[in-house]
Order: sequence, then structure tokens, then C-alpha cells
Amino acid sequence: MNSKQARRPSNLGPQSIPSLLVISAAFVSGFCIMTIEMLGARIMAPYFGGSLSVWGSILTVFMLALACGYLIGGKLSARQPSLFNYAFFFLAAAALSLPIIFFADEIMRPIFLAIEDPRYGSLLASLFLYFLPTTILGMISPYSVRLLVENSDHSGQKAGLLFFVSTIGSAAGTLGTSFYLVLWFEVNEIVFGTAGALALIGAVLMVAGIRRGQVDGA
Amino acid sequence: MALKLRSVVFFIGLLTCSVLAAETLHEERSLYRDITVTQEGDRRCLVFNVHRGDRNQTCMNTVSPERLVFEYAKMTFAGLLLNPNPQKILIAGLGGGSLPSTLAKLYPDAEIDVVEIDQAVVNVAKQYFSFEETENVKVTVNDARVFVKRASLLDQRYDFVILDAFTGDYIPEHLLTEEFLEEVRAIMSPDGVLVANTFSTSRFYDHESVTYQKVFGEFFNFKLPSSGNRIIIARDAPLPPRGELAGVARSLAPSVEKFGVPLLEYPSRLSTRVDWDMSRRALTDQYSPSNLLRDN
Repeated sequence: MNSKQARRPSNLGPQSIPSLLVISAAFVSGFCIMTIEMLGARIMAPYFGGSLSVWGSILTVFMLALACGYLIGGKLSARQPSLFNYAFFFLAAAALSLPIIFFADEIMRPIFLAIEDPRYGSLLASLFLYFLPTTILGMISPYSVRLLVENSDHSGQKAGLLFFVSTIGSAAGTLGTSFYLVLWFEVNEIVFGTAGALALIGAVLMVAGIRRGQVDGA
Repeated sequence: MALKLRSVVFFIGLLTCSVLAAETLHEERSLYRDITVTQEGDRRCLVFNVHRGDRNQTCMNTVSPERLVFEYAKMTFAGLLLNPNPQKILIAGLGGGSLPSTLAKLYPDAEIDVVEIDQAVVNVAKQYFSFEETENVKVTVNDARVFVKRASLLDQRYDFVILDAFTGDYIPEHLLTEEFLEEVRAIMSPDGVLVANTFSTSRFYDHESVTYQKVFGEFFNFKLPSSGNRIIIARDAPLPPRGELAGVARSLAPSVEKFGVPLLEYPSRLSTRVDWDMSRRALTDQYSPSNLLRDN
């Protein structure tokens, strides 16, 4: 595709990326996005209530974050795409989800004190709590496409497959969280589980990347 | 054949009756629900989500509007037995406004704050249920959780707090958690009383009871055979002996009689008996699937 690709001919050969791994990873990221989004309202209700505008804030921030993530992820995928980078996204998303567990009150309390209108309070709080992890999760989508695409003839088909899988993951995350997970676990336990799943996928991808000698500079 | 015909006629008659009986005065889809105002004879009712078969939210007798129609609304006044002279009152959930209107008449000098999430409900209460905002009765359109948190920042203290924010089919889950009740407790004056209007569905009942008990300790559980509602009456201080309540009831009963509240019957109905499964988990901000628990 470009000169950088040409310098690394073995980088993304047809056999080099196990598509099942990428597809599973896309499913998990889709699942986790919606799990966090569903819990978002629950996490913010103690400070900003359960009004429609709180949902509005959450959805807005998630959409903006995903938009940014798609752009950045797409851009990064054009530069030496590797399983290592891909794995790093998952690990980063896991790490950036942790403040939702450990600093939610510290983040929301000052915002609640400073801003009286729960609409803008919840918007700002959503931004601080969810923007970064969701942006990273958004980066995964275009990057997954790049890892799976072997030639331009099939690019649309692969992209379609990935969107399908990650959106099914999102549907499962939404339903699973709102119907069952909140009945079985505490909110923080579910966020922990989400971060754990992302970290696990990241670790698996990392191992797969190392096995294929794709670690940058290796 | 004759039987069939008769049943058809009966059925048509029934249809006509129900159409004639409940005239719809107003219909509106608000941000949160479908609101319908119906009039049936002397009775005007506010109905939420009528298509899902909800029960009436509030009803008013248009001929004698002073008299409370619903049992649960009357039962709320049992809370006054623990604090017969509240000066500052908070009501979460306006409905048709029958509670603030009645309390304003009963305590003309008391400061009454109402917090209601839905502006449309406020408009309907004013237009169809003769609810009025006055110098002493103020409505804030906000989420009750947010209102209570702000009130506590402003060091407000209430002598009488009424939680009436549950509709027939939906529980705002963040208004039934240990943390929320702690926040409510923080804005109650030392002899302040909390009255929560809720319902008595089995598994949910257990969780709700355990949660209240965790925050307030022993509380009065108030149920009547004539009503599917359950009223929880709690306060920070230990509960008064029942004999004391009977005395208060005797002195307060004449002033609430015109609202149709049979206060004298209430003291013997207030129970502290634990009739729930104490091993159930308390509801918290971390664990509050109230609506799921209710359906299970």
C-alpha cells in the first residue's frame, strides 16, 4: 500500500494474523463499550439523577469518543499495523476504565459542586469518566479492519464482518448488562470484569504478536 | 341464542359505560411518560401510561376537593403522629399535588418544598388539580436525588420528608439505595420523620425493608387491607412508644378529619414486626436492580 508496508513484507501476510483472534477481540470490545455505557447512567445517578438529559450526556460523550477513536485508530492503522499496537489498545482501554471504579466520586463530586445544572454537570462528568476509555475502544474498530484485510477486493467484506461482530458484541453487552449482570453483580464488579476482559484480550494479543515476532523493534 | 344476544347487549352496554364513565380531559406525552387526565363523575384522576394499564396516580373529588381520595394519600398522614408540627416539609414526587395542597392547608405557615422530575406533571397539577405554588409552597423541577444532595450542601433540614416518587410500574432505582436514604437522613431535623410511599411486592419488599432497616434501624410499617400500598415511616431517633402515638392521634384527628383522614385508626396499625426475609441484600448505589427484583 505504501512504502512503509513494502519495508515490512512479512508484517501482515495472509497467514500472519489469526482472524479468529481479531474477530473475538472486536466482539469483546463491542461488548465492553456497551457494558460501560449501560452502567454509565447508574454510576452518575447519585450525583446527576436519572433524568433523560443524563442519558443524553452519556450517549453524546460515547458517540464523540467513538468518532475520535475511529479517526485516530484509522490513522494509526496506516502506519506499521501490528498485533502489538492492537494489544496495547486493549491494555490501555482496560487501564483507563479503572478510574471509573476508583475515582468516580472524586471526579463527580467537584463537578456536582461547581455546576448546578445536572445537564452540564453530567456532560462534563461523562467526559472525564468515559471519554478516554471509549476513544481507545473506538480505535480498535478500524485497526481490526486493517489487520484482517488482505487485499482491497475484500476490504468491504472484512469491514462488514467486523462491524457485524462488534455490533453483535455491543448488543450482547447491552442486554447482558441491563438484564442480568446488574442483578448478579455490583456496578464496580462489572466494570472490573470489563477491564479484566479487555486486559486478558490484550495479553493474548500480545503473546500472539510476540510469537509472530511482530513486536516493534524486535 | 337469547343468552348470546343478552351477553352481546351486556358487552355493548359495558363498553358504552366505560366510554361514558371516564371522559378524557387531557392527554400528553411528556419526557418521561404518557399523562392522561380523566373525569369520571365527581372523580378526576391523573393516570400515567394508561396504555400499559397503570392505575391512577392521583385522584381528586371535584365536588369536595379537600377530601383525599386515595387510601395511600391518607396513610401518609400517619407520619405526622411522630412529628405533629412540621415547619419544613419536603415532598419528592408531585403527582396531582394532593399531598402538598393538603399539608399547606393543614400547616399554612410551614415551608413546603416539592421536587418533581417532570415539568409536564407540574403543569397538569396546576391546570387540572388546582395545585398552586405559593409563598410557602415551592416546586423544583429536578431529580429528587440531586435536590436532596444540594439541600444537604445548603444545610437544609426538614421535619417531614415524603418520598412519593414511585409510579405503578417503575422504580427510580437511585431513589431506593442505602446511600440515598443516608442523604435523606442527613437533611432531616433531629425529630424529622421520613414517610415513603411504596408497594408490597414479595421479593422487592424484602430488599426494600432490609435497606430501610440498615439506615434507620427499626421503622413503622404501615399497611391496610384496603390498599395495595405500603407506607414506611422512619426517623433517626428511636421510635416513640405506641401509647404516645395514640395521644397525638387524638389531638390531631379533628384537624385532619375534613381531609378524610381517619387518623385515630392508624396508631394500632403501625407495625414494627419484621415480616420480611432479613437475609436479603440491602440495595446500594452499587447494587440496585429494583425493577428487575420487582418482576422476579
